[in-house]
Amino acid sequence: MAKTTYTLPIGPIHPALKEPTMFKFVMDGEVVKEVDVQPGVNHRGIEFIGMRRNPLQVLHLAERICGICSIVHQYAFTMASEKAAGIPPTERSQYIRTIMAELERIHSHMLWAGVAAHELGFDTLLHWTWKLREEVQDVLEYISGNRVNYAMYYQGGVRRDIPPEKVPRIKKLLTDYRREFRKLADAFLEDPVFQHRTVDVGILTYRDALETSAVGPTTRASGVKKDVRVDQPYGAYADMDLKPCLPEDIGCPNTGDSYAKTAVRLLEVAQSLDIIEYCLDNMPPGPIRWEMNVNKVLMHMKKAGGEAIGRTEAPRGEMIHYVRLDPGDENVSCWKVRASTYNNILAWQKMLVGAQIADVAIVAASIDPCIGCMDRVTVTDGSGKQRVMTKEDFYRLSVKKTRELMRQGVRGRIV
Amino acid sequence: MAETPVAGPQIGGEMGDNIVKISKIMTPEEIVEYFRQHLGDSVVDTRVDIHEQGLSRYRMQSVWIRVKRESFRDAVKLLATIHSPLHISVASGADLGDEIELNYHFHVYWGLGKKEISVTIGARCPKSDPHFPSISDLAPGAIITEREKQEFLGVIMDGIPDGRPLFLAESLPPDVHPWRKDPEEQEKLKKYVRNVHEEGV
Repeated sequence: MAKTTYTLPIGPIHPALKEPTMFKFVMDGEVVKEVDVQPGVNHRGIEFIGMRRNPLQVLHLAERICGICSIVHQYAFTMASEKAAGIPPTERSQYIRTIMAELERIHSHMLWAGVAAHELGFDTLLHWTWKLREEVQDVLEYISGNRVNYAMYYQGGVRRDIPPEKVPRIKKLLTDYRREFRKLADAFLEDPVFQHRTVDVGILTYRDALETSAVGPTTRASGVKKDVRVDQPYGAYADMDLKPCLPEDIGCPNTGDSYAKTAVRLLEVAQSLDIIEYCLDNMPPGPIRWEMNVNKVLMHMKKAGGEAIGRTEAPRGEMIHYVRLDPGDENVSCWKVRASTYNNILAWQKMLVGAQIADVAIVAASIDPCIGCMDRVTVTDGSGKQRVMTKEDFYRLSVKKTRELMRQGVRGRIV
Repeated sequence: MAETPVAGPQIGGEMGDNIVKISKIMTPEEIVEYFRQHLGDSVVDTRVDIHEQGLSRYRMQSVWIRVKRESFRDAVKLLATIHSPLHISVASGADLGDEIELNYHFHVYWGLGKKEISVTIGARCPKSDPHFPSISDLAPGAIITEREKQEFLGVIMDGIPDGRPLFLAESLPPDVHPWRKDPEEQEKLKKYVRNVHEEGV
């Protein structure tokens, strides 16, 4: 009997982002039958390095795990080490932390939306989305002085205040975004071709989302109400009554397809604007640090012993850091980082099975993978003999499918 | 292995489906008591941590339970009677010298708004017998973190459905475990890791 399936290795260049990871697909014609994800191509051993550093040094290391969601790693590590050492963060600093985390969520979701548009061949939309994203980048730089790694968090508080004279500039951002947002959301969600490329593509069922412990917009798009900001709020989130954003909020069923995931992320941008406004209006006065003297903080952490977890809702979902400090030992004795993509690998496998080859790019992108977060050591890859399909090949196929739909003159909305 | 005990009244259907099952909401202290009641002497150590957040002083609650290795699977099954399917966040592992400690971080009561509790179930195994029961059948989401623990700490997960290495380089010998802290492991690692911080470049 003739062999009906064939194996298609993809990678180590990632099919959706310019980050390395390895996929092995078992294909039947155009359809994916099985998927094996083999990460690790970008593992840098950050936890290993961190277990040889003191908590203040790890603060900066944690931030460098990821270039997009650097704040949430620092946030989670700060919370875990504070809890382990018994350092209370000041009230004002908790609000500043929340503002920074939400600004980052906006920039991350906008970046994702641009990438999703690009994967489907909508490059004008990519450039428009990223032009809007520049504004939030400017505000992040305005507050922290940096565009990528902000170095804002610190055990017991934050490094820089948001004084009243900086508030109007941030509020201007909120106004500008609210004005532009409706147009942007329509460009994605109302476009017939975008709908044909994403509706019923890459479905993660409610049951699969629960059983794989998937997190973030990936799981919320399937109707699972998991959001750390709502379930176990930290910082200023504890003072707000938030609800997890689900696709049903805009009348779209919680199907868990790529369209629903797009809807959730766009809704969350709007939610983030409200959270930032609340924080700016209700920010309490007071010190921004528990202790100004860095050496005293370090000595306190050296004497303290304990273990704790720090948990944040990253743009991609739940993020958790485990920290263990031994009394008398200056260094962090155990550090475990678990980024959101790590828990979404299994969900990825469920979504890709049954997908067409031209849809692989958008389905892979739909969880907003962050390989830098997931992998943490350097590896050599020995798959040179196999035929390797690169991101560019997938991108070409994906664009071809979109152009085909446009040529056919797809008009009707399907949601 | 003991039969899985059933928690108080199941209210289930909380999420409007037949998949999620939640027992009556317990306080962290009640969860500890529930574990002690059903697992008895197998519970080695427990701790409840409360951390206040925000101006409203919201109490962030976490429960830490350490059990004997033999009862680890029972403890996870018991947790599943509180809220299932289990949400596993990650398992962390620490080298304590003669023993290796694995802590599985779970979360219960999600989706109910500010009621979530972190429940960490841990157990230790001696380095001379680094076997640990896999829970990938009870919580399918655990497989990734269990594969990682095998390669980084050199523990053997008994019953793991897919035990292949995950993150480490193929060129790294399988007996090198980067997170082990004993001198002989560190010596083996020296061939592969350079500390430019101490050596200078």
